Amino acid sequence: MFDTLSSKLQNAFKNLRGLGKISEANVADSLREVRLALLEADVNFKVARDFIERVKTKALGQEVIQSIQPGQQIIKIIHDELVELLGSANDGLNLSGNPACVLMVGLHGSGKTTSSAKLARLLLKQGRTPLLVAADVFRPAAMDQLETLGKQVEIPVFVRKGETDVLKIARGALEYAKENNRNTLIFDTAGRLQIDEPLVQELVRLRDLVKPQEILLVLDAATGQEAVNVATHFDQALTITGSILTKLDGDARGGAALSLKAVTGKPIKLAGTGEKVEEFEPFHPDRMASRILGMGDVVSLVERAAEAVDIDEAKRMEEKMRKGQFTLEDFLEQFRQMKKLGPLESIIGMLPGGSDMLKGADLGKQEKEFRRMEGMICAMTPKERQQPQILNAKRRIRIAKGSGVSVTELNTMLNKFYQMQQMMKKMGKFQRMMMKRGGMPGMLGS
Amino acid sequence: MGLFEKFKAGLQKTHAKLTHEIKRIVTRSPKLTEESLEELEAALIGADLGMEMTEQIIAAVKKAYETQGSNGVDVFGVASAEVARSLGSTPAGLRKQEHGLTVVSVVGVNGTGKTTTSAKLAHRVQAEGRTAMLAACDTFRAAAIEQLKLWGQRLKVPVVAGADKADPAAVAHDAIAAATARNADYLFVDTAGRLHTKHNLMQELQKVHRVMGKQSPGAPHEVLLVLDATTGMNALNQAREFHKAVQLTGLVVTKLDGTSKGGMVVAIQKELGLPIKFIGLGEQADDLQAFDATQYAEALFSEKDV
Repeated sequence: MFDTLSSKLQNAFKNLRGLGKISEANVADSLREVRLALLEADVNFKVARDFIERVKTKALGQEVIQSIQPGQQIIKIIHDELVELLGSANDGLNLSGNPACVLMVGLHGSGKTTSSAKLARLLLKQGRTPLLVAADVFRPAAMDQLETLGKQVEIPVFVRKGETDVLKIARGALEYAKENNRNTLIFDTAGRLQIDEPLVQELVRLRDLVKPQEILLVLDAATGQEAVNVATHFDQALTITGSILTKLDGDARGGAALSLKAVTGKPIKLAGTGEKVEEFEPFHPDRMASRILGMGDVVSLVERAAEAVDIDEAKRMEEKMRKGQFTLEDFLEQFRQMKKLGPLESIIGMLPGGSDMLKGADLGKQEKEFRRMEGMICAMTPKERQQPQILNAKRRIRIAKGSGVSVTELNTMLNKFYQMQQMMKKMGKFQRMMMKRGGMPGMLGS
Repeated sequence: MGLFEKFKAGLQKTHAKLTHEIKRIVTRSPKLTEESLEELEAALIGADLGMEMTEQIIAAVKKAYETQGSNGVDVFGVASAEVARSLGSTPAGLRKQEHGLTVVSVVGVNGTGKTTTSAKLAHRVQAEGRTAMLAACDTFRAAAIEQLKLWGQRLKVPVVAGADKADPAAVAHDAIAAATARNADYLFVDTAGRLHTKHNLMQELQKVHRVMGKQSPGAPHEVLLVLDATTGMNALNQAREFHKAVQLTGLVVTKLDGTSKGGMVVAIQKELGLPIKFIGLGEQADDLQAFDATQYAEALFSEKDV
């Protein structure tokens, strides 16, 4: 998602890394590159300027100049500053009221309705009883959209079709919530321009009526310099409590994320990362900073893996790997586990240096290849999967026919498997050593 | 409000802010120093013009400064000329097949305003005395079909829709058949929003277009990418990827009424040479205007209206 920004920064850093000695001149050069990278990534120019100033001041401090690797030191400073810019830790939602109310506001098409449903699902999983309130009385069929989404996530939606007074809807919703024991109300409001005074005033009146604990600004990650204006205006009018960054699965450079916190001082609380209702997660500024800098987001990857992978299964697999008893069946199992993690591109993107790797690779092709391999293994008998050495020519021809590939392709796959088996054995041996070194080298590379 | 006023009103904020910035920079510091140039750079970037375009304008300003001296430099004139030059000046309307149906496919990322733009286009064509139909090929987003149907009712334009989660290519196929049978002049196909980075979804779009081409030779005759004016430089990526996948024929820039920017279209035009055909200036059906490059460039920089 922040690939372009990361690679630009990486370039700037390459120059910094090589520096043995730091002088004001060579720092300024490198930082100008960093500044351009930030600007091109839609970071607000004032935010970028302040950012560079801060980094410069710190970089020229005594500490850095005397350190052994000044270049590395500066990179660390930039990382820390970036974390600070994005907000240092994830802030949860404040849902203390009964009922607690959340107001979703933002421009047209930023993703308020979808985010409302996603948020409701998340809160339901956390044991709350949310109620979605369709308060978008302008866009045609916006209420239908929320209703449909509500059905999808199995959460009631308060809809009053034909009603054009948002306040009446809100009152009705509050009553409904009381009667039906819903403890969290999520108001999906209509998209509006931050400068459209009458519409913004409507939001103010809605806010005064429902007294929400959270007013979340929903912002498209691809928003340009405008992000700052939008955030400032909404914040001034409503005093927002935080924001949701949407469409983070695209390749937007993420400048909006960097600017948002800087100008409003309000944290980015949640992030939308895909079209499906479950693709929604708490925003982790520290991880995001690492990701922007191309250091990978291993923590998120591990978390996602933990959700998708059966732990006992993983332990069993690890044991097998160590002993070198890795069979085709395990190979198949691995494909399937990996599929559960999501598309390959998103996994690799989380690995350190992964975003660089992604650039040239056609992962669609890679995934197709995986599917073919899966097909081939599925065409084998259980015995063949356990003991691939029994695969003679006849069996191979049968398997190839059964899975619709050529024998050559089957052989290639088997070779890959043997290679992997060898690697597993070696890894078993060196595992302890590598654990000490901290982390394994990427196995996914092809 | 006449066309021109509406256009100008929509861009008012864009140029008001920009001219103000430039003026401030230039008047306060009559000499173009390194510092004032950097400030000019910031102002242009602030309007989402992008690095390349910004550097080009700055270079032009510098050159003018060197040749004319500090007195004669009309920064606005220079900048405006640069923008206009990059945009090309031929106004481009909607394409029309000489005989029979013209199929217009409306594509873009999520939430840029494709459905609204499709409806507005249909309204526009109808106002010109031609017959239009709409195809609801966004079968993915919840209630997108209902949204288009409501627009259809309002504008009295027939809408062809399939079931929810139906194959969009099948809907497009049926829509072309229906539009041909009814002798419609235009068919506007509202496709589902998709991020340009999603390979599968881009392939789906290619399939929709392929099916259209089989049903009606040459279709879609017009492929319009809808861009949100609040989008920053990512718009360039969007345009690039969509163009690679489905051969765009033009751009529509929406929500230009609210933003104080819109500069990224200049960079897109420059790189891909795609004409900007329409701009969306509001939520009403008639808020879609033809784009005029010279007017845009002038409105972006002209001092008179401040």
